[in-house]
Amino acid sequence: MSGNSNSKKRKFFGISFILIALIIIMIFISLRTGVISISFQEVIETIFQQGSDRNKLVLFEFRLPGIILAILIGIGLAVSGAILQGITQNELADPGIMGINTGAGLAVVLYLFLSREGFVVSSIWMMPVAAMVGALFAAFLIYILAWKKGVSPIRLILVGIGINAGFAAFITIFQLKMDPQDFRQVAVWLSGDIWNANWNTVLAFLPWIVILIPLVLRKVNALNVLTLGDDLASGLGVNVERDRQILLLLAVALAGASVSAGGAIAFLGLIVPHIARKLIGPLHQYIIPLSMFIGALLIITADTVGKVILAPTEIPVGIVVSVISAPYFIYLLLKAT
Amino acid sequence: MLNTIKHSSMLKTIINCIALLMLILSVVISISYGSTSIPFDTVWSAIFSFDTDVTSHQVIQEIRIPRAISAALVGAFLAVSGSIMQGMTRNPLASPSILGVTDGAALSLVIMLAAFPMISSMGLTVASFVGAGVAVALILFIGSFSKGGITPVKLALAGVAIGTMLRSISTILSLHFNLEKEVGFWLAGELSGTSWSSVNILFFSGIIGLPIAFFLAKSITVLSLGEDMATNLGQNSLLIKALGIISILILTGAAVSVAGVVGFVGLIVPHITRFIMGTDYKWIIPSSAIFGALLLVLSDLVSRYINAPFETPVGAITSLIGVPFFLYLARKSGGGDK
Repeated sequence: MSGNSNSKKRKFFGISFILIALIIIMIFISLRTGVISISFQEVIETIFQQGSDRNKLVLFEFRLPGIILAILIGIGLAVSGAILQGITQNELADPGIMGINTGAGLAVVLYLFLSREGFVVSSIWMMPVAAMVGALFAAFLIYILAWKKGVSPIRLILVGIGINAGFAAFITIFQLKMDPQDFRQVAVWLSGDIWNANWNTVLAFLPWIVILIPLVLRKVNALNVLTLGDDLASGLGVNVERDRQILLLLAVALAGASVSAGGAIAFLGLIVPHIARKLIGPLHQYIIPLSMFIGALLIITADTVGKVILAPTEIPVGIVVSVISAPYFIYLLLKAT
Repeated sequence: MLNTIKHSSMLKTIINCIALLMLILSVVISISYGSTSIPFDTVWSAIFSFDTDVTSHQVIQEIRIPRAISAALVGAFLAVSGSIMQGMTRNPLASPSILGVTDGAALSLVIMLAAFPMISSMGLTVASFVGAGVAVALILFIGSFSKGGITPVKLALAGVAIGTMLRSISTILSLHFNLEKEVGFWLAGELSGTSWSSVNILFFSGIIGLPIAFFLAKSITVLSLGEDMATNLGQNSLLIKALGIISILILTGAAVSVAGVVGFVGLIVPHITRFIMGTDYKWIIPSSAIFGALLLVLSDLVSRYINAPFETPVGAITSLIGVPFFLYLARKSGGGDK
């Protein structure tokens, strides 16, 4: 038994090492990709403080914050998806499909609208908070509406899709009340683009990841037990509802904060935990960290692909992710019983 | 399905007449109200004694009337398509927008517009039919993959995923070819771009699509009772389904090419109609045409007022009306009790 868990641990560290190496490679590729082409050599020279001022500006003020933001968003959404799939015992759960992201988006749009009108103070630090309130509201609404002597996985998704459509309609209505410049920005942002990538956005978002992820890691055992099902979990003496609520709160907070930083990126939280489970099995002390790495890798890759594939047009990362992931969702759907 | 109430044919006819009167009334109101309100007697004289020198007459003739007619026809087409889909598949969640058919039509429009910027509106309409057809083929393909038949809810979820994917591809193309404005209009569902040429397109598509739907009504009633029942009664289900799909493609394609993706009309109207008219598609199909038209004309009116002087895409209004209904259906049919 202990030998088995040791080999699992070794496998986990091996996979983590490969993933981190891939992330670093992707960061370099991503740094040199863009409208202004910068060679690898120049990237390395600039990192060691020997590049031209122009390269310094492009790399450190534009590209690097974008990449770091992307990594953080990838981590947030992937972990949020992993938690949601664990606590609902539902392979199809994802903050994007279930309308939690759109709820956060609506709250941000409302906040931008109110601050433009002068009702509330405009501050970049408030955006994650507004998004989290919206995400929480959406999650609450979905849970209440899907509840019918318990929550069936399929009904949860179906209700989520409905809530998603409703919030999207409200967003459309509110967007029109904004001035055209804001409107365009919000429209692009909602399709999942890291438009506001500067160091301030990174700093506003970073604390949430730094605080929330360790809290999630402390709860992995509860998550493992919950995945077994309610009956077994309460049999093992776990306070099922309380743990579920805490974990749900963490998942929603992560999704909300990610949306405030990067817009509504659907499907990322869906597929990443699946890949992690395929690689390492059902234990969440491994799934959660691997989801972080895979989420980060996937989002930088999608972002880079979006920049390259139809250059000079830059395709929002959220769009790239949904084109890749929607077929996978359908596959999971057909497989699910 | 909602509990059906049985009514005599007399009562059903009366209900249809009342709905038709309400439709005419709301069309008149829709013509009269807008960014500038025009009194009814001016509307009357604009129609029956048109004077090119009067601005309000021109507004009515060139903008308001074609828009109101387009709204009515688009609503009717989507509702009839939804009725046929729900009847043929016995799936209460089937509708052009849920199954991704409208998104397929919109993607095809975007592709044509990117490849041939000078394309005629007739060409766009044909492209829209083709795109709707591809989306239907995709759904049928996925449905055939699932062992032992796909459940209604799964089919709906697969449709939503296909719709999301097709819409994402539309967005990518629109960004690349700088078509954001046109495409944004199609993806949101708007009636502000309608003109007499839209009415023409809808009219000619309707002449082909609606009679097929009415002609199929009896067979769809039989199909809605179950495939076995239909076979026992000696009905050629394959032919009926093929004709039904053709009718759906023409009606949905035309509606999307004129107004873009207007969601939920095709989902909720057939349910409301069944609730009032019972289970016989001989009544459901014509009535859903009237109710669908009424719903979209009224939604269009709301869309002009909610953000005045700006217009809100009518698709947002139909979503707001449709979502509570969709949630009700999801609770009812969402995979058993737990």
